Amino acid sequence: MRTSVQELIAKSKDKKSKKIIEKLIPILLFLIASVSVLTTIGIVLTLIIETFTFFTRVPLTDFILGTTWLPFANSGAQFGIWPLIIGTLKITGIAIIVAVPIGISAAIYLSEYASDNVRRIVKPVLEVLAGVPTIVYGFFALTFVTPVLQSFFPEIKIFNAISPGIVVGIMIIPMIASLSEDAMSSVPKSIRDGALAMGSTKFEVAWKITVPAALSGIIASVVLGLSRAIGETMIVSLAAGSTPKFDGDFTGSIQTMTAYIVQVSKGDAGYGTTIYYSIYAVGFTLFLFTMAMNILAGYMSKRFREEY
Amino acid sequence: MRYIEQEKVVRRMNGRMVINRVFQGLFMFATALALLALVILLYRIVSQGAGHLSLDFLTNFASRFPDQAGIKAALVGSIWLMAVVAPTSILLGVGSAIYLEEYAKKGRITSFIQMNISNLAGVPSVVFGLLGLTIFVRALALGNSVLAAGFTMSLLILPVIIVAAQEAIRSVPGELRDASYGMGATKWQTIVRIILPAAIPGILTGSILALSRAIGETAPLIVVGIPVIIQFLPEGVMDTFTALPMQIYDWSSRPQAEFLTVAAAGIIVLMVVLLFMNSIAVFIRNKFDKSY
Repeated sequence: MRTSVQELIAKSKDKKSKKIIEKLIPILLFLIASVSVLTTIGIVLTLIIETFTFFTRVPLTDFILGTTWLPFANSGAQFGIWPLIIGTLKITGIAIIVAVPIGISAAIYLSEYASDNVRRIVKPVLEVLAGVPTIVYGFFALTFVTPVLQSFFPEIKIFNAISPGIVVGIMIIPMIASLSEDAMSSVPKSIRDGALAMGSTKFEVAWKITVPAALSGIIASVVLGLSRAIGETMIVSLAAGSTPKFDGDFTGSIQTMTAYIVQVSKGDAGYGTTIYYSIYAVGFTLFLFTMAMNILAGYMSKRFREEY
Repeated sequence: MRYIEQEKVVRRMNGRMVINRVFQGLFMFATALALLALVILLYRIVSQGAGHLSLDFLTNFASRFPDQAGIKAALVGSIWLMAVVAPTSILLGVGSAIYLEEYAKKGRITSFIQMNISNLAGVPSVVFGLLGLTIFVRALALGNSVLAAGFTMSLLILPVIIVAAQEAIRSVPGELRDASYGMGATKWQTIVRIILPAAIPGILTGSILALSRAIGETAPLIVVGIPVIIQFLPEGVMDTFTALPMQIYDWSSRPQAEFLTVAAAGIIVLMVVLLFMNSIAVFIRNKFDKSY
């Protein structure tokens, strides 16, 4: 005798294992989803605990007010963070000068002028540019950009702030371009058409309509680019040198926060030494900088978004 | 009576059209500049490194002598690394995405997790290295093994995979879900048999792109303490290893100019691996791109 559908359903409903699975799965998935939260907690706790150990050996005031970074000195090592911050700001400043005009221009071109065919070619190429590993950019800065700069300005040293700054800028162009373009593309076509119908040129539409309407998104993209430039490690490790300096010199060797962490990690700073703990203090400072930028970007794109 | 003075309009219009043209040219030039940077970068690396590429380069270990230096240990090491990163990050990423899209109730906890993920994506990779050094290398005593580096990398690319998987799951139309429930399927059955199969192309594409980021990432490996000069291949996940970007970094930072050629050859190998992974991603995207 064949079982009826009703019986099948009843049987299936009785299955214990199935009920248990339906109960267990959400719990299991919740645990998996909490890994990302645990990662954040892990990062913050790691940084805070190890930084705390660092501050039991080096006074906090020396760290945040000091203008000399001399961790490897045999006697009288000094841990004033400012030279590393200045180094980071030099790189970030040049990167932004390079990336903002080019990135935003490319975004305007892609969203306002380019035909679909051009866009279909340019956007994937920009994606490729974004996918190039930073170590490759670092190699490019060291072996191409620096020599080219030196041939124009002989006073530039092999390790300097300008070349890696420019290359970090090239690296964040795709990010600024594509995020800004997203923001501009989300401005409704009807507004654009309205302006065009009133006799505006395409440039006037872009400058007076699209850019102001998408401004929050554009600024957010720039801030995210800033954050990326601050956290960039390999380009500066390879091409910017390792001389923490508290001055305004761009042509000679400098050191950023990220490059210091790499310098210490790659040498053998024994576990438990003050130098070992110093990378956490520097990492924590770096983390605070990028976190502030990311929160600012999120705030900008939410607070000033114009809804249509 | 004429309301519009033709000549005046034309005169004014000319100037505006010129400005329009000039800026169009400028914007186009800026875009071309970005593309040019990529062309120069690729050209420089290929012209520098192609001469050193040979079968020996792929099968030799690292060496003090530039002409004998090979990339075998790094290439095999990177594959080992991916063997840990791929399952770990995809499992965690897709699991989180399913939870957030299918199970989580819209509320404070969910939006907290969501905000946390987007903030995590903005943390510099070198900071993830510090996390890996403290937790995996020291606290869990995994040493500078494939496993320690793999877990660190997995956490680094986790946010990218979660977001990609969420988008893929979200794009599965609600009717499919309703139909499945209508047939008497349970929630988990619906997810496994209906939603995941429909979302898999998107999930795979996003995961492969995230993995290709992990394969080129150097900073966390340095911080975790992965060595460079290695004359053997890892035999298990607890063995130490080296990876492509580490090897390239080492060659690039040596003082001898010959090693720059070797580094360029190493970069070509890395870029070919990336190109291969990206083509798979594009292939999957085009092949399985169903629109409902």
